[in-house]
Amino acid sequence: MSDQIHLTYQVSGDDFTRAGEASSDVKRMLKKMGADPEAIRKVAISMYEGEINMVIHAHGGEINVTITPEEVQMVLSDNGPGIADVDKAMEAGFSTAPENVRSLGFGAGMGLPNMKKYSDDMKIDTKLGEGTTVTMKVQM
Amino acid sequence: MGKFLTSVYLEEDLCKGCINCIKRCPTQAIRVRNGKAVITKEFCIDCGVCIRICPHHAKNAIRDSIEIIKDYEYTVALPAPSLYGQVNNLDDVNIVLTALKLMGFDDVYEVSGAAEIVSEMSRKYVSEHKELWPIISTACPSVTRLIRVRFPNLIKHLLPIKSPMDVAAQQARIRAMEKTGLPADKIGIVFISPCPSKVTAVKSPLGFEKSEVDAVIAMKDIYTSLIEHMNVAATCVEELSISGRIGVGWGNIGGEAGGLLSENYLAADGIENVIRVLEDLEDKKFTNLEFIELNSCDGGCVGGVLTVENPFIAMVKLKRLKKYMPVAQNHKEDTLKVKNAFWTEEVKYEPVFKLATSMRESIEKMTQVDELLTKFPGLDCGSCGAPTCRALAEDIARGVAKENDCIHVLREHIHKLTDEISKLDY
Repeated sequence: MSDQIHLTYQVSGDDFTRAGEASSDVKRMLKKMGADPEAIRKVAISMYEGEINMVIHAHGGEINVTITPEEVQMVLSDNGPGIADVDKAMEAGFSTAPENVRSLGFGAGMGLPNMKKYSDDMKIDTKLGEGTTVTMKVQM
Repeated sequence: MGKFLTSVYLEEDLCKGCINCIKRCPTQAIRVRNGKAVITKEFCIDCGVCIRICPHHAKNAIRDSIEIIKDYEYTVALPAPSLYGQVNNLDDVNIVLTALKLMGFDDVYEVSGAAEIVSEMSRKYVSEHKELWPIISTACPSVTRLIRVRFPNLIKHLLPIKSPMDVAAQQARIRAMEKTGLPADKIGIVFISPCPSKVTAVKSPLGFEKSEVDAVIAMKDIYTSLIEHMNVAATCVEELSISGRIGVGWGNIGGEAGGLLSENYLAADGIENVIRVLEDLEDKKFTNLEFIELNSCDGGCVGGVLTVENPFIAMVKLKRLKKYMPVAQNHKEDTLKVKNAFWTEEVKYEPVFKLATSMRESIEKMTQVDELLTKFPGLDCGSCGAPTCRALAEDIARGVAKENDCIHVLREHIHKLTDEISKLDY
């Protein structure tokens, strides 16, 4: 029998009504699997922030999630503009979000900092003009 | 009492085995098996949606009859504030309270009076526990039960104060014992309820061991009698009310939060909306709120399934009634003297929805669910008795249903069989 689950989600860009669907789905599955509540919380928050980032900055992308009894790995890939200064982007409160996004209550500059805070391991692979891949892991 | 006691039950003779309740149950607690609805007690939160929507009136709620007052030497009626929203042109709640006495109760104790005590205690608790903001209301037992089984990360935010009903019950018993000199067990404390979840909350409370409420009767069961007795009561009104606007306001959504005298709150009603708020709250989608009031029924307690009036009309009636009331009357009952109003027990997460006991086993089952889903048509038609194809797949993984319960899969099987049989002829 299989000892891991793979999930793939297409995140559509600029559709705020659907932003968060993928992280909700993973949260629901982890609850059904009886995963540790704190680990579920970490996955849900870090993945939601990443998903929102893809919608705001990168016109969507793809999320691949692998669930094993030991950890949840989330790989968020997009073909967006890339991150110019990763260190700067990691600073709490730093934001490049346009006004229309901020008016919706997003873009407070806590996206990447929260992803880092709530995941146990995070790697950012980004190239200007080509896109960004964020890999996050949460221990179960 | 059992950990998963529920008050909603099925009147089997009336059940036609249709799919209305399975499709509408917010926790997917109902399945149709062998032509009848079956409620899984662990999943049921007593919200009463199935009672409200069943076209055959096959769902009902366990409750007591008013005859129960004969079992006690002295009885006190505890009317929920939503009761005042059930009657027309009410300008003085004392008429309702006097009518309750004429119906046979020896005394009344307004739950709205206790609500003002709870409001005062909540104000203090919320201001002293900023690290736990937003504090989530626990007055609606369906919401607390839902959080217990589905939102483990929100349990620590629950307001650990007894509901106005329970505070009213303990205050009423103390008052009755002082007044009559009778022992506690000769006194019957009877709650007049808008909903079945209060019946469950009395028999199996969360956060403390035992409720002081002895019996729960439904508003709709006493309604006609109450209206009749109100005509007489209007001619001999007793001053019995112990509450004002804040307490009576609890009957409507937003009333409890309003009693905190802060603008920094969110109030949501209707179980689907409640679930949405809890999901978002769990993902930290909103911060900086002090308090979250959640009511399972539309409009708040006035929308309870054991009430009679349209909830939105009842809301207007309560609003009108409140207009000429004092803000609060809890200064009459010294709040500081109220003891044992805090929870004494921790509410523990009950992961009833999980597929297996270990993560490894759950992953296997989840893989099985995904495989099954490729076989099912994805119509969520409900013909198998489960609300969605996924719910059926999970039931199969849990070992309580089989693939052929899906009529589309079954039809395929039959087609294949007839094909094979027809080939035998040649």
